[in-house]
Amino acid sequence: MTFNFKKWIGPSLIHIFFWAFTIASLIPFILVFMVSISSEDSILQNGYSLFPSHISFAAYQFLFNDFSEIAKAYGVTILTTLVGTVISLLITALFAYPLSRPDLPFRRTISFYIFFTMLFGGGMVPWYITYVNMFDLKNTILAMIIPNLLLSAFNVLLMRSFFASSIPESVVESATIDGASELKIFFSIVVPLSLPIMATIGLFNTLSYWNDWYNCMLFIDKPELYNIQYLMTKTLTNIQYLLMKSNSSAQVGDLLAKMPRETVRMALAIVGIAPLLFAYPFFQKYYISGITSGAVKG
Amino acid sequence: MKEKSQLWKSMKKYRWLLLMTLPGIVYLFINNYIPMYGVILAFKNYNYVDGIWGSAWAGLDNFKFLFNSQDAFIITRNTFLYNFVFIVLNLVLSVFVALLINEIKDKVISRFYQSTFLLPHIISMVVVAYLVYSFLNVDSGLVNRLLIKWFGSEAISWYSDPKYWPYILVIVNAWKNVGYLSIIYFASIIGIDKEYYEAATIDGASKWKQMTRITIPLILPIITTMTLLAVSGILRSDFGLFYQVPMNTGALIPTTNTIDTFVYRAMVQSGDIGMSTAAGFYQSVVCFVLILVANAAVRRINKRDALF
Repeated sequence: MTFNFKKWIGPSLIHIFFWAFTIASLIPFILVFMVSISSEDSILQNGYSLFPSHISFAAYQFLFNDFSEIAKAYGVTILTTLVGTVISLLITALFAYPLSRPDLPFRRTISFYIFFTMLFGGGMVPWYITYVNMFDLKNTILAMIIPNLLLSAFNVLLMRSFFASSIPESVVESATIDGASELKIFFSIVVPLSLPIMATIGLFNTLSYWNDWYNCMLFIDKPELYNIQYLMTKTLTNIQYLLMKSNSSAQVGDLLAKMPRETVRMALAIVGIAPLLFAYPFFQKYYISGITSGAVKG
Repeated sequence: MKEKSQLWKSMKKYRWLLLMTLPGIVYLFINNYIPMYGVILAFKNYNYVDGIWGSAWAGLDNFKFLFNSQDAFIITRNTFLYNFVFIVLNLVLSVFVALLINEIKDKVISRFYQSTFLLPHIISMVVVAYLVYSFLNVDSGLVNRLLIKWFGSEAISWYSDPKYWPYILVIVNAWKNVGYLSIIYFASIIGIDKEYYEAATIDGASKWKQMTRITIPLILPIITTMTLLAVSGILRSDFGLFYQVPMNTGALIPTTNTIDTFVYRAMVQSGDIGMSTAAGFYQSVVCFVLILVANAAVRRINKRDALF
């Protein structure tokens, strides 16, 4: 009996536990999706349900009818994510590589300069005032690219340890003897040898730009510059927000009467997360190996 | 003189490498070092017209105002208690999950579980707020509907009663982070030399013994480092969790206000620059002291586990 228990019951208990965990991870997404395709009547009767009694795509029809708001917000998100990720990756790599060279003058000073920012900060208010008053970033696209997101000290240190352990010194030395400049060595030898870490850090950057609403909330007042995350924030607390800008007040009243209110909100949530969810199966491998390499190298 | 010229020579030799670090150095100067200097605002009566330099000094008035109000105590208590529960609960759950993942021999299934558990970690807090809302909406939310249907109880207005939120936020935080943390711990478990287990099996050690005598002691360094980092940030809170998930509802402020949401509201809603800077400065200083103390403590126990 005990032998059987160890052999069969133990492993199946583990699988039952993991199935429960898997369901707990996924069910909120499924619920939001199911609500978004429920009919209004079904919601009035049964509330938000995993098994709606009537399926309806009215909420999506409503959203796609006037898609300009969402399209604009997506445009902002895509633009800031692309530009931000590329610049961020470049600055991070340029910063990390010299620090991985043991012979660099001021190496310890520069490392401490980076590390100290992880230990102490001036807080959100002086940071905000720096960008608004000194650099006049309020209501500009740059406000969603530069503050905080452009460079992470942690990523610099992560990349530095990758360079230090994976770029053989002899390769750099022989290239120097052949007369290659440091910049040439960096772009034609170091970068091609470091594609795994570039992919990882690039992925981290992409996610933090894509998911950002904080900078948008702080620095942007103009609705035409809202990104998709902040548009979602606004709509969560006030569903009428979607209607307010593009229409006159008479039209708003009319639209509001016709709007499938309960489901539109959730349809917007699905439209907002769909790209990430579709891309996830393709990048999860790199993401997992990214966080685990960070953990192992510390 | 000789030293100076040598330094000059090596700077000339390494000028390109040094130049490469320049964008990063300038960026950190703007994003991190100027705001550090900006904490002088905590000692000023800031107004927009006179700016940072021109505004009149206020001495310690901002701090007096902050600590004489009830808020300072409440936000410190909330931030501390939430983080304390998060640290303990997340550590226990994620090490437990990591140990179980390690028991799964099928690589494909193990991968599948890992990537599903990680999904909550990659979405933004805005999306989390939507997910939570779909459960807790008063009229149609899943939880209230099930309460009515299964237990015949009344609908609970989750978004107007602060007493439920400590539990809700603890659950949401665990849901979002346990998968991520367990993958980190799992990665360090894989790194353990298989020979230990082979030897233990030959000696007749049970699975439980192997976990408690081999696995846990060997991943203790990474547990220490992660916990050390978390403890040193015990007065920092995840702004999104405490702002987005309760949907910035006024009625929930007593149990959802932390130092970070307080600073934000004091700056944006009341426009009190001096006092909100003071609150942020208080947070930074406490965190800085805590990380030095925690690191020194770990150094005493085992030098290799310390952060610096």
